[in-house]
Amino acid sequence: MNMIKRLTVSAALILGLGTSGAMAAGAYDTHIEDFDFSFEGPFGSYDVNQLQRGLQIYTEICSACHGLKFVPIRTLADEGGPQLPDEQVIEYAKQFEVFDPEIDDFREAVPTDHFPASGLENAPDLSLMAKKRAGFHGPYGLGINQFVKGIGGPEYIASLLTGYTGEEKEQAGVTFYENTAFPGGWIAMAPPLYGEDVEFADGHENDLHHLSADLSAFLMWTAEPKMMARKQAGFAGVIFLTLLSVLLYLTNKRLWASVKNKE
Amino acid sequence: MSGIPHDHYEPKSNGEKWLHRRLPIVGLLSDTLLIPTPKNLNWMWIWGIVLTFCLALQIITGIVLAMHYTPHVDNAFASVEHIMRNVNGGHMLRYMHQNGASLFFIAVYAHIFRGLYYGSYKAPREVTWIIGMLIYLLMMGTAFMGYVLPWGQMSFWGATVITGLFGAIPFVGESLQTLLLGGPAVDNATLNRFFSLHYLFPFIIAGLVIVHIWAFHTTGNNNPTGVEVRRGSKEEAQKDTLPFWPYFVIKDLFALAVILAVFFAVVGFMPNYLGHPDNYIEANPLATPAHIVPEWYFLPFYAILRAFTSDVWVVIIAETLTGGIIDAKFFGVLAMFGSIAIMALAPWLDTSSVRSGRYRPMFKWWFWLLVVDFFVLMWLGAMPAEEPYATFSLIASAYWFAYFLVILPLLGVIEKPLPQPATIEEDFNAHYPSKADGGSASVKPAE
Repeated sequence: MNMIKRLTVSAALILGLGTSGAMAAGAYDTHIEDFDFSFEGPFGSYDVNQLQRGLQIYTEICSACHGLKFVPIRTLADEGGPQLPDEQVIEYAKQFEVFDPEIDDFREAVPTDHFPASGLENAPDLSLMAKKRAGFHGPYGLGINQFVKGIGGPEYIASLLTGYTGEEKEQAGVTFYENTAFPGGWIAMAPPLYGEDVEFADGHENDLHHLSADLSAFLMWTAEPKMMARKQAGFAGVIFLTLLSVLLYLTNKRLWASVKNKE
Repeated sequence: MSGIPHDHYEPKSNGEKWLHRRLPIVGLLSDTLLIPTPKNLNWMWIWGIVLTFCLALQIITGIVLAMHYTPHVDNAFASVEHIMRNVNGGHMLRYMHQNGASLFFIAVYAHIFRGLYYGSYKAPREVTWIIGMLIYLLMMGTAFMGYVLPWGQMSFWGATVITGLFGAIPFVGESLQTLLLGGPAVDNATLNRFFSLHYLFPFIIAGLVIVHIWAFHTTGNNNPTGVEVRRGSKEEAQKDTLPFWPYFVIKDLFALAVILAVFFAVVGFMPNYLGHPDNYIEANPLATPAHIVPEWYFLPFYAILRAFTSDVWVVIIAETLTGGIIDAKFFGVLAMFGSIAIMALAPWLDTSSVRSGRYRPMFKWWFWLLVVDFFVLMWLGAMPAEEPYATFSLIASAYWFAYFLVILPLLGVIEKPLPQPATIEEDFNAHYPSKADGGSASVKPAE
């Protein structure tokens, strides 16, 4: 028991060490709302319908400026993703034009191509946005609550989309919009969503809050497409190793019994 | 191999005898695995196995990752994403490799502090200790270069800052930095040589690990009492020891399994916990991140590096005495490397004749203060370089040096150690009283 206590203490210490990233990014006074996503925590999983809605929002609105250059279009059919049927993925790909160095010209995209890169020069690529922005750093800057809530990347995106105050200012010929989630408070991107910008085939709610959450969930998937597989592997690993620990504990106890309890 | 008397391997079958006459490798392995080990080793003696496992894990996952990685500034970041998205099990390989580095350092710090507390560095184990320090240095180099390979923002700027340290060395610094980078700045040449060295170093570490094990198999393990195993006869030695296999192998494997269960939970459920979000932004030489923070395992030494600014009196004195050759920047570099070098000198700085901290009433306090100091430095390394953190860093750095340079030498003279048990057997029996004695052995004070 004593040993188990010690190992628990060391495990707690280990977890306490990961403060570097969390602390460094916590300097801004911004507001990140805690959205409730289906994929949070060890048991969470992506909601396929939500990912499909997010894909639709990305396609109809965001893709005008922002790219997803690290995401192969074919992965839209993958297990643990939006899971579009293969024919739909082929059809979907056709709307993009990609440059093919082999024919030295542009052509219609096929599923094996990646999504195009950002069309607008200073619009960042969105592939990894949900992993390169951390919304949560608590408690006490230790960031341990990401075990249940994630790092807050999708929350950051959703808070940004809903965080426009309506204030504008002009600086050196560029219009900036006040945003409560953006570091520094002023962002060059005009509010991309107002609510009811997208109509869903199944009539799902499309107010600003829902649209932001759906898109953020989709961008979490583009950043971490293997999340489901990873959690599964994590479970298998933890369960297997726990069983192994128990067996080794019993073996060890029996092995040492004759040494420790001399007759 | 060790000086502790024990039974040696005897080839039995004709085949074994044939091989043994030509290459006594089975005997070597058998003697290594069955080495007499002090039977009172506690749970802080498990880290060696954890470290060996980490090295194997990093080499195996690393070799597969290298099959899919492209060491070129245009493709490195994309190739890591390729591993994460397209390679079968690639996301697990990469997350295990990335978090494996952290597990490696957790284990090495536990291992080092274990050695510091129980006096494992003292004669006759100085060589084991120094080789251990060399392994630790190489680990830091390997981890640092590995962190550059994904070519994210922290990779790039971390490499810029750390290689800049070498530029601070007087006279040769600039040439050294250019050699290290393969050019005037961090670029493709840097990425290529870091990849090459990142692949090489683990094998040098593996070689040193063998020498490390060889060295302490020659002297025998230290143990929580610091009392040596009796070597008068085989029977005497057997009262103090048990063979490494199966007693300690099973014990260590149990500990390893528990640690790996936690490790898998981190890899499976929060794999980016110990990383920095900025490293998912592709390296951009034109945009400096707001805070450049090294990985957590470098933070204590990073804090020491930054502590010695130009307004600190020791720095001013050093600068005046050397006519400006040792400026604040170089002083910081010397302090950082010095803080590690000074650990290597611990065997000669510690003047106490008592090995284990368990029997040193004053030492205990100073030791635990050093552990706290280590965590405080780690915290300070993650803080921005401003007040009050700068002052705290200076105090914490000063204690780090004072522990080795002042406290260890003085304690040996002024401290009155507690009585130690005469033998390891006595210590073991005090913990596990034999049933015949009715448990009275545990109450009896050790003479």
